[in-house]
Amino acid sequence: MKKRDLISKRVRDISPSGIRKFFDLLASMESVISLGVGEPDFVTPWNIREAGIYSLEKGYTSYTSNYGLLELREELARDLKTRYGLDYDPRSELLITVGVSEGVDLAMRAILDPGDEILAHDPGYVSYMPCTILAGGIFVPVPTTIEDDFKVKAKDIERRITPRTKALLLGYPNNPTGAVMDGEELVRIAEVVKRHNLLVISDEVYDRLVYGVEHTCFASLPGMKERTILLSGFSKAYAMTGWRIGYAAAREEIIEAMVKIHQYTMLCAPIMGQMAAIEALKTGGTQVEEMVAEYDKRRRIMVQGLNDIGLTCFEPRGAFYTFPSIKSTGLSSEDFAERLLLEDKVAVIPGSTFGQCGEGHVRCCYATSLADIEEALERMGRFVKRHRSI
Amino acid sequence: MKEVFRILEKDARRTPQQIATMTGIPLAEVKKAIKKAEGDRTILKYKTMVDWDKLGEEQVWALIEVKVLPQRDVGFDAIAERIYRFPEARSVYLLSGTYDLAVTVVGSNMREVAAFVSEKLAPLESVQGTVTHFLLKRYKEDGEILGVEERPKRVPIMP
Repeated sequence: MKKRDLISKRVRDISPSGIRKFFDLLASMESVISLGVGEPDFVTPWNIREAGIYSLEKGYTSYTSNYGLLELREELARDLKTRYGLDYDPRSELLITVGVSEGVDLAMRAILDPGDEILAHDPGYVSYMPCTILAGGIFVPVPTTIEDDFKVKAKDIERRITPRTKALLLGYPNNPTGAVMDGEELVRIAEVVKRHNLLVISDEVYDRLVYGVEHTCFASLPGMKERTILLSGFSKAYAMTGWRIGYAAAREEIIEAMVKIHQYTMLCAPIMGQMAAIEALKTGGTQVEEMVAEYDKRRRIMVQGLNDIGLTCFEPRGAFYTFPSIKSTGLSSEDFAERLLLEDKVAVIPGSTFGQCGEGHVRCCYATSLADIEEALERMGRFVKRHRSI
Repeated sequence: MKEVFRILEKDARRTPQQIATMTGIPLAEVKKAIKKAEGDRTILKYKTMVDWDKLGEEQVWALIEVKVLPQRDVGFDAIAERIYRFPEARSVYLLSGTYDLAVTVVGSNMREVAAFVSEKLAPLESVQGTVTHFLLKRYKEDGEILGVEERPKRVPIMP
């Protein structure tokens, strides 16, 4: 068999992740401060962990329904009703997934036919494009800019709609920029969605991590529940990344289609994680508030610090990322990240990893200790001083 | 403004400038609030938590249950004051339940603590009885787990 035949063309067409080389570099270095993480720096709150341990002690080690534990779905339905006024039937309109990552994959595969187009803001989370391609779709980026605080605009979406456009993908609060959409712009987007008969995949995994603003759930907008596949999970808000528990909420026929794929590929999400997630929904509210308050302080320190050293940074109102411009250094985002790591031992993620519009920026995560943030800012300050272009 | 004190309670080394940035409250207001709180003893003092075991310092801690006879007009306050004025008493609390006062005493050895109880505390007129519990090991104090700090083991680069 010829080498090129070993791997499918579809997979070959997906470019490897731009951050792989940073893994190798990091592995050989010491005293690096990493702002390149993508998860909370809290351990899962103890009561949630304890619920996971208890479930093992009680012998909950089996499969669950493909949809996930009914008790968890019922808790989720209550949660979505309380927070967003949304009514989802826990028996047919909710699916527990293995993280939001699986949810994105299932949603794409459930709705896309070969050649169907998906519109998504650029920059955006790294899996959106590959999942589209793997599902046979065509990924159409919609540029966003720092001038608009990286919020996608209805008119820019509408301009790119073709007869093949099937869905719009929204990932707000946004990774990597920290942007949060305004309710008004979302209403305009909803009008475009209605006008062109589109579906919306809305990845809202950071929905609880907002600072001084309110997150608008896209499905809660008039007429949008029927058109939206709402994806979210427990990883970011409850510091449960390793538990791999996410969920999808959508109308019955879409959830049914997603379950069809899920039952043949994943079967179900791990039961102990689901048991822990029930506890998270029942008792974790205060802990989330405490973590959000802590992130908020670090966010302010980092935004101020980055602006002070000449890396201009809009104020991100969500997630736990800042996305400063590095244009003052004249370096590409990949060069900046590589040199910063080698010369001053701070790891950040090049903005280009998240799409073409991320070029000229780097992603810095503030879900790390204040001491590390302050030390990293000092090192970055020295780096920027040396590399500032004249 | 309470946030200013929450930050300081967690880490007293935070400067007013840092607190102003963290909270969005103007620097002048942060400074004014701290100064006022220091003046009226809202902020009692700034202290450091030390794990003395790590420094090889021998300390003996005891929790003493004290049953007392409350006095007319002053209730438990007068006897509590008699006790908390001793420097050996680290904390004094009035509790509900089977005994009245809980007194934490620290000394450099067991004999010192025992001497305090038998010579100073127990003979007080209103004290009807004491039960002394010597502390064997500290696991968590003031919300801090002693020993290794629990941090998530994270992958340093993740999109």
